[in-house]
Amino acid sequence: MKSMLLVFAASVVGSFGAVFLKLGAARLDGSVLSFLNSRLAVGVALFLGSSVFYAAGIKGGQLSVLYPMVSLGYIWTLLWSRLFFGEAMTREKFMGLGLILAGVFLVGLGS
Amino acid sequence: MLVSACTIFGAAAQILIKVGMARLTIPERHDWISWLTALALAFVTNLPLFSGYALYGLNTLLLVLALRDGELSMLYPIIALTYVWVTLLSYALLPEKPNWYKNVGITVIVIGVAVLGRGKPQARDRAAEEQA
Repeated sequence: MKSMLLVFAASVVGSFGAVFLKLGAARLDGSVLSFLNSRLAVGVALFLGSSVFYAAGIKGGQLSVLYPMVSLGYIWTLLWSRLFFGEAMTREKFMGLGLILAGVFLVGLGS
Repeated sequence: MLVSACTIFGAAAQILIKVGMARLTIPERHDWISWLTALALAFVTNLPLFSGYALYGLNTLLLVLALRDGELSMLYPIIALTYVWVTLLSYALLPEKPNWYKNVGITVIVIGVAVLGRGKPQARDRAAEEQA
């Protein structure tokens, strides 16, 4: 249970990492220095934080359950894409994501 | 396309990190500073581990470049292709046996990414129509 919570937290933190990378990417102006912007730094930090939660989580649990749980992050990211960036939710996105989640679940079962 | 390519780097990174971690010897703890120095040294001299993390860095860089023009909701799920490469690379390089769950799973992921990618040109057409 504790490991599931940790992996759940990892998926949420990671999805915000993606949001900040997207925010930071909008600030790129072609120069190398523009990569050192605060939003990208926060995004990378969130990714690192997410992997710490994940590593702590998979230590104590069944990988076949926890592995697919990380892909919950894709659902959160879809949600944030709509909320923060107003991206269109198309049928292809829902279907594609559904298939990806099913696939990751199967890979988890096989692990 | 850029993101699909960078999932290969991501998968290679995971394999390298796994190989590197198996080789990593955590130094004994005396005091914090010497322990951290020893750990950093063990990390930097561990070629698989070091190159694995370097690839992760490169991977993130490519993702950011792709996100500049692409949609987050489109690009982020494509990262799931990493699972496909990791599984295939593990079959090839690590003593992991193929099984049906994994094989069907990675096939379904590839179909999912293909479906996701199909939405792109249509969305563009719609945008073009609105402009016209």
